[in-house]
Amino acid sequence: MNAPLLEIEDLHASAGGEEILHGIDLVVRAGEVHAVMGPNGSGKSTLAGVLAGKPSIEVTRGKVSYFGRNLLDIAPEERAREGIFLAFQYPVEIPGVSNMYFLKTALNAGRRHRGQEELDAIDFLALVREKMKLMQIDEKMMNRSINEGFSGGEKKRNEVLQMAVLEPRLAILDETDSGLDIDALRIVSNGVNALRSPDRSMIVITHYQRLLDYIVPDFVHVLASGRIIKSGGKELALELEEKGYAWIDGGAGR
Amino acid sequence: MAALDPRQHYGEGFDRFERALGAAAPGWLKALRKDAFGRFAELRFPSTKQEEWRYTSVAPIAERAFELASDGAAELSRDDVEHSSFPVYACSLFVFVNGCFAPRLSAPRALSGSPYVESLASVLEHAPERLEPQLAKLAPYDAASFVALNTAFLHDGALVQVPEGVTVEAPIHLVYLSLPDQNPRVSYPRTLVLIGRGSHATVIEDYVSVGAGLGFTNAVSEVRLESNAQLDLVRLQREGGNNFHVSDVHVEQARDSRFIAHDFSLGGALVRKDVSAHLAGEGAECTLDGLYIASSRELVDNHTLIDHARPHGTSRELYKGILSGAARGVFHGRIVVREGAQKTDARQTNKNLLLSRDAEVDSKPQLEIAADDVKCSHGSTIGQLDEASLFYLQTRGIDAPSARRFLMRAFASEVTSRIRQEPLRDEIEEILLERLAREETGVL
Repeated sequence: MNAPLLEIEDLHASAGGEEILHGIDLVVRAGEVHAVMGPNGSGKSTLAGVLAGKPSIEVTRGKVSYFGRNLLDIAPEERAREGIFLAFQYPVEIPGVSNMYFLKTALNAGRRHRGQEELDAIDFLALVREKMKLMQIDEKMMNRSINEGFSGGEKKRNEVLQMAVLEPRLAILDETDSGLDIDALRIVSNGVNALRSPDRSMIVITHYQRLLDYIVPDFVHVLASGRIIKSGGKELALELEEKGYAWIDGGAGR
Repeated sequence: MAALDPRQHYGEGFDRFERALGAAAPGWLKALRKDAFGRFAELRFPSTKQEEWRYTSVAPIAERAFELASDGAAELSRDDVEHSSFPVYACSLFVFVNGCFAPRLSAPRALSGSPYVESLASVLEHAPERLEPQLAKLAPYDAASFVALNTAFLHDGALVQVPEGVTVEAPIHLVYLSLPDQNPRVSYPRTLVLIGRGSHATVIEDYVSVGAGLGFTNAVSEVRLESNAQLDLVRLQREGGNNFHVSDVHVEQARDSRFIAHDFSLGGALVRKDVSAHLAGEGAECTLDGLYIASSRELVDNHTLIDHARPHGTSRELYKGILSGAARGVFHGRIVVREGAQKTDARQTNKNLLLSRDAEVDSKPQLEIAADDVKCSHGSTIGQLDEASLFYLQTRGIDAPSARRFLMRAFASEVTSRIRQEPLRDEIEEILLERLAREETGVL
């Protein structure tokens, strides 16, 4: 078995003074795709926030290690440069900074960190154009401000485009499928699947089983009220779809 | 420090000036200067008891014995100019050192793309009758100490005169370079812009400083736009941390004329800017955009007045501020709509970004409307950098200081993006980025 890339042990976390995660254990190895499913309010986004280093979430107990390092001690930007990528459920709009400039800065920050040479404008453009094609994002969109005036689907495609350019070791997709029509869902899933590789792991957080028809996971975990209450293979998602969250939760899901 | 009597101190300076630099002037100019100095002697420097100066004490200026800066051009090379300014428009670059035209540092007139720029001193010497009906007609000094002082010492500066029906393609770049030495020095840049009927020009007023001395820039600009004329005026204040800058711009707009100002203040010990536009003809348009950045103990105060005197006038005003450390910003935007100025459409916005707990801003709109069929609105906001945006940028590998700069730059871009000439816009964005990089020290 591969060495673990991410190990979460007894993770407790609070936001706004309220404990939301009550002891999560999860091990992710290289190349694995883990789906985390659960009803609204179960703590899915809080888990994603902990991994990315969101400042408003406080870890009160437990350990998270990434390649053997204590992840919780590392600043969000360094996590990113070390290969952690969070695709946001609600990507932020930042007027006044173009997508293109932003992405080039981000990519080169990571490359510098890893001792690689920075890409110049020409090489960067060649790289990003190839990924844009995959995500069906045109140049006009890239020259616009970050997510400004983008539709929900465009924002999600832009998240996956960033992921494709930054080539993370661990990608966390936080409800990337929410609010997408079937065409957008296909584009987003194709983009994600194109990135699957033996040394890249993913945590796919979703509310709906539908996404897992397109991104087939190796493992499925069900999160309810801040705990993983059931884990299994991809068939667990189907079972969940059939019987609803109430089946697992005993109706206690918040 | 012994209390300084400004009447006496500036009076001695004025006498010396009259005997030396000012001696050759025509009679009307001598009379004007004398009158202006007399007015200054009565007014002295404004106090915070005056409404217009409530938030800004000029005591730091009043109590220092600034001496008139002499023409220091001989000490400078073109490299100094290129280093402190930007050479984008090398062929229409006009350099004024301590307010005096420096031909050696400027674009050679023969090669210059702008035969429309002259030095006031040269015109006063050769054809003073051209200036008599124009100079000091738009900037009243009866209630304005700093304008009075500038007018008292008037002897040089820039004249931009574009005749009827001409579009001047290359922006005219006026560099006002102050060169303080070991003594505190004051200079009085003066600009007169006359744009003829249907003509269009872009003028850059670029206030810079060379060296580490203590300088006080007291500038006055007068702008007259004939009917259907347009002026894009970019003003860049960046003398730096120790320096004082007080400037007044007075604009007179005839029918259907358009005045578009992009005003940038990059901070100083005390920066006070007054802009007033008088929309004297029907259908005139006025756009005042401004961006001010102040850190540590700097103070930047912008006072604007847009006076809608005739119907169908439009004004758009957007001022944005980025304040850190214990810096203070003041924005006072006054809009007057006179009786009969129907169908006026005026909109004013002031937005401020406070980057520290000790930074402060006073934002004050003042609308005086005497017509009943008008659209007028104003809005003011004060906020911090958005935490969610910062986090988003960090999760892409951008470190926190850079992420903050990203957001500051994004905030500023609403103002810079309206500059239409691309090379100029890029250059100003570059200058702002450098300035914002220094902003970090003031961040909590």
